[in-house]
Amino acid sequence: MIEVKNVSKWYGAFHVLKDCSTSVAKGQVVVICGPSGSGKSTLIKCVNGLEPFQKGAITVNDISVGDKATNLSQLRSRVGMVFQNFELFPHMSVIRNIMLAQIKVLGRSEAEAEERAMKLLTRVGLVDQAAKYPAQLSGGQQQRVAIARALAMDPFAMLFDEPTSALDPEMINEVLDVMVALAEDGMTMMVVTHEMGFAKKVADRIIFMDEGHIVEDATTEEFFGTPRSERAQMFLSKILSH
Amino acid sequence: MFGGIDYGVVERALPLLWQGMLFTLQLTGLSICGGVFFGTILALMRLSSFRSVSFFAASYVNFFRSLPLILVIFWFYFLVPKLLGRPIGGFYSVLIAFVMFEAAYYCEIIRAGIQSVTRTQVHAGYALGLTYGQTMRLIILPQAFRNMLPVLLTQSIIMFQDTSLVYVVGLKDFLTTADLISNRDNRPVELFVFAAIVYFIICLIGSNSARRLQRKYTI
Repeated sequence: MIEVKNVSKWYGAFHVLKDCSTSVAKGQVVVICGPSGSGKSTLIKCVNGLEPFQKGAITVNDISVGDKATNLSQLRSRVGMVFQNFELFPHMSVIRNIMLAQIKVLGRSEAEAEERAMKLLTRVGLVDQAAKYPAQLSGGQQQRVAIARALAMDPFAMLFDEPTSALDPEMINEVLDVMVALAEDGMTMMVVTHEMGFAKKVADRIIFMDEGHIVEDATTEEFFGTPRSERAQMFLSKILSH
Repeated sequence: MFGGIDYGVVERALPLLWQGMLFTLQLTGLSICGGVFFGTILALMRLSSFRSVSFFAASYVNFFRSLPLILVIFWFYFLVPKLLGRPIGGFYSVLIAFVMFEAAYYCEIIRAGIQSVTRTQVHAGYALGLTYGQTMRLIILPQAFRNMLPVLLTQSIIMFQDTSLVYVVGLKDFLTTADLISNRDNRPVELFVFAAIVYFIICLIGSNSARRLQRKYTI
């Protein structure tokens, strides 16, 4: 479903992504980890064209992301994305946040959009917060709303960019629970995260990145068993030791 | 000159002064609308990733910001009818002058407002499939305008005061009317004190409502 082939990207002279190739099949959950600055967020943002890349090719559902002729808005409307800092729209109520793109992009009616939004809010356990504004919610609640907002577009894949990194420890689980349920429902997911418990539980594959390279791309058992690269072993020992 | 203050002078002049005030308010209101509209477009152009577009907007802003307003008013009063080949009346030529001049100032305010909204909000809009136009209109600008409301209103109050500069081309705004009547009746103290009070009250109301609006819309 998602194919990344020999992608390279530069920020000016800085080479952020170096010849990255991987793929995610339908229904697969792939976790991307690695030290900060290794290019994992950049890679995931290339997948829905939020970041342009200079070399290589990415296709999502056989649509080429880098192609100038591609209607990126249309593609993005079906690839959900969840951000590190939630990025809810602060001037709109929770329910409006979820309804906006349904109406403006998918052309749903107010009533349809509202019904879908309420269903999703029920699913993430926030139905009683619909009328509130994002600033009135906790971080964990905001991130669950953000997930509901992305799901409202009926995406065929979901991208998560460090969805729990900005959260207080006690709120991490409420977000992870929603993500686990999503994975179990068969959603195709690419998740940048350091939550190795989550990775062990639901990931089919783990990608380890360092300095712009995909150093390791292995099944979850292989990765947690014996990572092949020394760099990944070091990284794992650091984050699993506490 | 200060002997025997006669408030009746002001009272008798009220209908004329009201005419002048209407002119001032109309000019202010329309200039704010036009200035904010073109200022927004200029701000978006200045932030454009196309070099030539942002260069044009930056040049426009720098050009108008380095000219005194009074010169611009004077200039447009003579220039606009020449360019159009027919007279359009004093009101419209100063209106165009104000809109074009104020757009440069509003542009800088609005640009700062847009930049106060984080880049990732744009990404959030794009990620949902919204286009550039939709993202700006529905997500970035509503937040930007909330953030810049106080500065925007301050600039508008300054502009309200600046409309008195139309006296250079002989248009009868509130202050010019007061001046004319004071000359006619030889009552400068009464009329200028009255004019000052009126300006003071209107500006006070303006800045108070700016503060109240800001409190109401702060996110």
